[in-house]
This record gives sequence, C-alpha cells and structure tokens, in this order.
Amino acid sequence: MPGIIFLVVLAVLALWVVGAYNRLIGLKNQVVNGWKQIDVQLKRRHDLIPNLVNTVKGAMDFEKSTLEAVIAARNKAVSATGVKATAQAEGELTQALGRFFALTEAYPQLKATGNVAQLQEELTSTENKIGFARQFYNDVATDYNTKQMQFPTNLVAGLAKASPAELWEIEDAGERAVPNVDLSMNKPPA
Amino acid sequence: MSDSNLFAQQESNRRRSAWLLAGFILLFAWVGFGGDWAFYLQTQGAPPEAYHHIIPWVGLLTSSFAAGLCWYSWRYGAGRVLWATGAWEIIEPADPAQQQLVNVVEEMAVASGLPRPRIWIVPDPDPNAFATGIDPQHASIAVTEGLLRTLNRDELQGVVAHEMAHVRNLDTRLMTLLAAMVGAIALMSDGMGRMLRGGAYVRGSSSGGGRGGGDRKGNPLALIVLVAWLLSLVVAPILSQLLAMAVSRKREFLADATGAQFTRNPMALASALEKLDGATAPTTTITHGAAHLCIVDALGRPASERPGVVGDVFGSHPPIRERVIRLEGMAYQQAKLEGHPGVLTPPSLPA
Repeated sequence: MPGIIFLVVLAVLALWVVGAYNRLIGLKNQVVNGWKQIDVQLKRRHDLIPNLVNTVKGAMDFEKSTLEAVIAARNKAVSATGVKATAQAEGELTQALGRFFALTEAYPQLKATGNVAQLQEELTSTENKIGFARQFYNDVATDYNTKQMQFPTNLVAGLAKASPAELWEIEDAGERAVPNVDLSMNKPPA
Repeated sequence: MSDSNLFAQQESNRRRSAWLLAGFILLFAWVGFGGDWAFYLQTQGAPPEAYHHIIPWVGLLTSSFAAGLCWYSWRYGAGRVLWATGAWEIIEPADPAQQQLVNVVEEMAVASGLPRPRIWIVPDPDPNAFATGIDPQHASIAVTEGLLRTLNRDELQGVVAHEMAHVRNLDTRLMTLLAAMVGAIALMSDGMGRMLRGGAYVRGSSSGGGRGGGDRKGNPLALIVLVAWLLSLVVAPILSQLLAMAVSRKREFLADATGAQFTRNPMALASALEKLDGATAPTTTITHGAAHLCIVDALGRPASERPGVVGDVFGSHPPIRERVIRLEGMAYQQAKLEGHPGVLTPPSLPA
C-alpha cells in the first residue's frame, strides 16, 4: 500500500515537472517569435526609408541635414545586433524620423502628391507595428521572466535552460511623443 | 488582461460554444421526439387498422437536421454572416482609406500576436464593425463604409483593436454559432407551428373517426406532453435571442478593455464609440441574426425598432455612456502610471 502511494506521488510530481517544463518552453518560443516579429517590422522600416527620402529629396532640398540624419540613423540601425544595441539604434532612428515628419508639416505641397502621403501612411503604420511588436515582445518576455523566477516553476528553469529575456526599453521620454507626429494622417480621407 | 484571465475567457467561450451546440441539438431532438411521443400517445388507442405512430421519424429527422446545422454553422457560419451583410473582401486596397484600414488591422494583429484576419467592407453608410470566425486562424473583421468615412486613424485603430480582442478571446466563435442558431431556431419555430396546425387537423379528423372509451385513457398525458412541447416552441426563440444578447453584453466591456490594452490608447476607442453613438441611423444591412456581433447595436435604439418582441426590452449592448466612462477610467489609470498629469481630461458626464 505505501508503495502505491509513493508511486502515485511520484507520478503526480513527474506530471507537474513535464507540465511546468512545457509551459516554460512554450513561453520561450513565444519570446523568440515576438522578437522575430519586431525584426520583420524593422526590416520593413529600413526598406521604406530610402524610398521616402528619394521621393521628398527634391522638394526638401534645404532640409538636407535632417534627411542625412535619417539616412545615417537608418544605416546604423541596419548594422546593429543584439537587443540592447538594436533598441538603441532604432530609438535614434525613431527620433530622426520624428524630426523629419515634423518638418514635412511645413511642406503642404508634399502631401498633395499622392506618393508621399502613401509613403507616410506606410511608414506611420510600420512605426506603429514596431511599437506594437515591441509591446507584445515585452509582455511575453516579462511573462517568461516572471515564470522562470516564481516558485515552484524556478525549480525546472535550469532544466528548460531558461534565462531572463532582455526587455526592449524606451530610453527617453522624447521618444514617447513621436507617435503624435502622424496627426496629419488623422483627418478622414476625402 | 493577464494570461490566466485570457485563458479563462477562452476556456469559457470554448465551453459555452460546446454547450450551445449540445443544447441546440437537444432542443431539436426534444421538439422532434416530443412531437413523436405526443403523436404516439394519441394514436396508441386507435383501432388496429388505423395509423400507429411507432417509428419516431420526426425526431430522427429534426435531430439529424440539427446536427447537420451545427456542422454547417461551424464550417460556414462566418461566411454566411458576412454574406448576409453583403460584405466584400479587400484583397488589394484600392484607395488610401482602404490601405489605412489594412494597415491598422495589420498593426492590431501584431499587437495581439495573432495572424492577420481577413478584412471585409460592408456597403452601408452607418458606421459599425464586427468580427466573426470560428478561431483566430479563420477570423474576419468587417467594417462599414460609413465607419471608414467617420473615424480618424486612431479611432479606427481603437475599433479594430476591440474586434481583435473579440477574436483573441474566442468571443467570435460563440457569437458566430449563436448568429447561425438564432436564425435556425426562429425558422424551426415557424416551421413547427405550421406543422402543428396540420397536426391539429389530423387529430380533429381522427377523433371524428369514432373513438372508444378506452382511447381517452392516454389522452391526459398526451395533452400534457403536447402543451409542454408547444410551450418550448414558443419559448425557444425568445430564449435564444435573450441568450445572444446577454452573452454579448458582458463581452463588450471585456473587449473594450482588451482592445485598450492592445492600443494603449483607451481614449481613441472612447471617442470612436461616441461618434458611433451619434450616428442615429440603424445599420440596415446588418439584420437581427448578426446584430449582437457588432461593436454598437446595429438595430439602433432598442425597443424603438422592433415592436412586439420581448427581447427588445434588453439591448444586446451595454449603454455607450457606460463603456465610454470605463474607457476614460482606463485612460486615467494609464496617464497616472506614465506620470502625465497634463494629458488628463476630466471624465465626461452624461449630457
């Protein structure tokens, strides 16, 4: 009889270990996938910027420094690797783009050409997607980090080779303001 | 919403969907076999040469019909709902407004971590939106032309986020099945009512055919069964309507909250809801069956549009004012967390 109880307890324990291990692995994969989603959006942003710059170059000749800052920030972001460096470089790019969008407000004739409006909508959307992908990534990463530290799941954390995932931090308050730049797109299309 | 909440909500929706399907089949079985039973009791004492109702073919028929309908609702319900509203799918965005809608839906797919749903436009000038589909992998989001015209980008995002929340919480599964079944039950009630009038005629003629005293023994029971059966025919459609409404009322608050979590911008949805509320015209292309799927009641003010139905007393949606006030509360919390006291707007009060 005691043998049976011992076996049952052992079986329950084994089941729990399997369950906890699988939950951790599931979360880990979600974190990896969340990061990939950010990557997809960043790639799209990097592809869009040269297009936009080429389209507006003629009309915004005397804003060269702003355009060049965007290009430089973009090139730096393309070559960045790792969560921290990428976050840093992309943050700078976001700021450069923010300044650029703010400037385009001064050129109503730019908006008049459909191409620029279209490109700006694309870029606005991509900016938003980066933001949302980052939000999703941070949410699942936080979940993952919390789970692997919480008792009793932390007992199998080593087994699942779980290590804390780096969060994508927003460096300064200035960056939070950037999404407001797309106010021009808020008017309902005629 | 934390993960455990999300899973609880999904689990509850899965369970309710299963119960709905089971209840639906049981109802049809009761209607069919109940009718058989009543008919059997009635013909029991009939003379040997007269018709005896022994094989319950009505019950077999209705049950298999219900099972078939369940399968059909599961497989094609979303398509039928979209078809009924006359929606067309955006494959290749034709103008900036459509492009913006596609972009906004993609953004919300990213924010929710779900695959991008299919996007449909309902040709209706009244602003409204709904989501449908059995699971997030086969989801559709439909908005009216009026919605695209009325809302700005942020508000559109808020509405789409609300719909994505329905998709993620699996509300769409339950709602889509309900939409299909409310329609089917109304139809069955009508059909059975017609059959019953035919049955009453048969009964009248058989009793006219000279029954003996022994026949009457079975009659009281037959009568009770018949009355219960009749009652369920009357009650079922009302119940199903009420269920559809109750089920959707609760979910709207939750979807508002989850949607605000996707956009982190509750005020945009609040302002969108106020605009939708301001548009007084009912969404004419969206009929009773699909009304509970919409972000705001497609039938305009409750009770004003549908006279004579008990369900009218209960709207399928919570009052817009209450939803807006809750969203403003979330915005306040968020602003407090982020330390932006300057962006706070005083909570608006009913006018």
